[in-house]
Amino acid sequence: MKAIAAAVTLILAVAFTGLCDAFAQNDPACGVASALVSPDFRLSHVATAITNKQLTIVVVGSGSSTLPDVKKAYPARLEEFLTGKLPGVNVKVLTQIKVREPAKEVLPQLRKLIATEKPSLVVWQTGTVEAMRGIEPDTFSGALQDGIEAAQDSRSDVILMNMQYSPRTELMISMPPYADAIRIVALQHEIILFDRLAIMRRWGELGTFDLNEVTKKMDTAFRIHGCIGLLLGDLILEAARLPASSENGLK
Amino acid sequence: MTDIALAPPAAPAAAARPAIKAPPPERDLRLDLFRGLALWLIFLDHIPSNIVSWITIRNYGFSDATEIFVFISGYTAAFVYGRAMRERGAIVASARVLKRAWQVYVAHIFLFVIYMAEISYVSTSFENPLFNEEMGIFDFLKQPDITLIQALLLKFKPANMDVLPLYIMLLAGFAPFIWLLLRSPTVALLASAFVYALSWHFEWNLPSYPEGTWVFNPFAWQLMFGFGAWCALGGAQKLERLMRSKAALGVAAAYLIFAFAIVMTWYFPRYAHLVPRWLSDWMYPIDKTNLDVLRFAHFLALAVITVRFIPRDWPFLKSSWLRPAILCGQHSLEIFCLGVFLAFAAHFALEQVSARIAAQIAFSILGILIMIASAALMAWYKKVEGRSPGSRPPLNADLAGGEA
Repeated sequence: MKAIAAAVTLILAVAFTGLCDAFAQNDPACGVASALVSPDFRLSHVATAITNKQLTIVVVGSGSSTLPDVKKAYPARLEEFLTGKLPGVNVKVLTQIKVREPAKEVLPQLRKLIATEKPSLVVWQTGTVEAMRGIEPDTFSGALQDGIEAAQDSRSDVILMNMQYSPRTELMISMPPYADAIRIVALQHEIILFDRLAIMRRWGELGTFDLNEVTKKMDTAFRIHGCIGLLLGDLILEAARLPASSENGLK
Repeated sequence: MTDIALAPPAAPAAAARPAIKAPPPERDLRLDLFRGLALWLIFLDHIPSNIVSWITIRNYGFSDATEIFVFISGYTAAFVYGRAMRERGAIVASARVLKRAWQVYVAHIFLFVIYMAEISYVSTSFENPLFNEEMGIFDFLKQPDITLIQALLLKFKPANMDVLPLYIMLLAGFAPFIWLLLRSPTVALLASAFVYALSWHFEWNLPSYPEGTWVFNPFAWQLMFGFGAWCALGGAQKLERLMRSKAALGVAAAYLIFAFAIVMTWYFPRYAHLVPRWLSDWMYPIDKTNLDVLRFAHFLALAVITVRFIPRDWPFLKSSWLRPAILCGQHSLEIFCLGVFLAFAAHFALEQVSARIAAQIAFSILGILIMIASAALMAWYKKVEGRSPGSRPPLNADLAGGEA
């Protein structure tokens, strides 16, 4: 009994130090929402890619996946983080940002990108355009499923990322039906959902970041994208490290 | 959702005559109670990102307060206009239903104006490069002509303003249904189910602006409204034995547990693999727009359990603890509109004052207190007006839970 307790304590301590370590190099504010990020399913293609020292990730997204200074947006920050964490591995994060294009229209470009780049992982940020335009959630789910299946068929892992939390526009954009659609599609395909909506909401609630700030400055935007990149990177590494037996969650 | 077993007596199934017997003099307070509670839950759900909305039923099963609200609205509408049709004839009753639909339309447009005022303010006062994409939604303010016309046509509906347009359409089509319901309840219910099936098969829905379709498909949701109406005019009696049986209780309880377990996998995806593939493929998506059968069944299961444990003459219904919810349920249209307005106001306050969890809880409680106070005030007005000379006696509608 004592041995088990000691082992658990040790594991927790190591995990905690690792976590603190990860956040210490970056913005400490990021860790506030880390409980909302969980590696629910294994990223087996990413694990193989890390072993083969060549990790290519494609980020497909809409306007909230970029900033006027792309080097400060989360895809670039993700690349930076993973490169630091995976010495000796050639990490490449490619982006395909399509402002105002719904998933259905992104689909052909996604297929093409998968075919040419053969990424180990596709991070698909989606939902905002559909919610803004009021596209039927069913149509949206269908497009997501097609994209996920296309990626999986060409041996890519997929992470879905939902919308960002935008408190000022909540009355105008009804996000929940689309967030639910993304959640259900992720469940059905047993792929990880990076719940950006919940993470940013937590930041807003706890006052970690002021999302209601009226400003032209980019500081908060940079910090938030930095945190997203870090949390996403951490998630990818953890999910790749899961033992192969946990291929389908906690089976 | 409570009224199924002990509904007011109505025409026996075998009787061919269209008339229904007079209802018992005592008002069924359970209708008011659950409509009041549904109004509170809808208010809590309508405040975006509100932590308090975690207590609402939608987080623990497939259906939510909308089903309760639509069912009870159908129930009371049948009660009020069924009686009118029997006593005053089809023309007068139809005219009254349409007048009610018009009132709801006016209420909806009034809320829309308040909504426009708020978002116009937000759009001009807010700037943040982080949200460049989302700010694109304000583009529609650049075309007020189109936006306003589309709103008047019920095609442009802001988030959370979808229930009243549904209600308007349900009332607009209600007169022929109630006519049929009085003549042949079974045929009327079958017709409603048939329209529901057709809407699924042919994907009928009304168009929205700028694109898409109605969030609550009236061709599908009319089934819930029609089912409520059918229960009010005798259907509940037919179901009573079934609803009270042990088998029904067992099935209902099992289904509620099943729904709860499924919903939990949404929050804890790592357990999703416990749901067999064939089941998830068959089950998803659980369609709110088209009133998924799973949602309808979930509502029925809740109703079976509720009717079982809360009889019509439950003494606690008269206690002052339930009085606030009952008062709200007795003034449902007014309190519903107030709730939508308060949700706007709470959203605005959360932005301007604080979005912290404590503020969310405070504004949620404050909103419900305002709803209760307003309902009490309206009840007081009604009482005062009822006593004033020259006023009409209170409508029979009161017996079935306030206005339709």
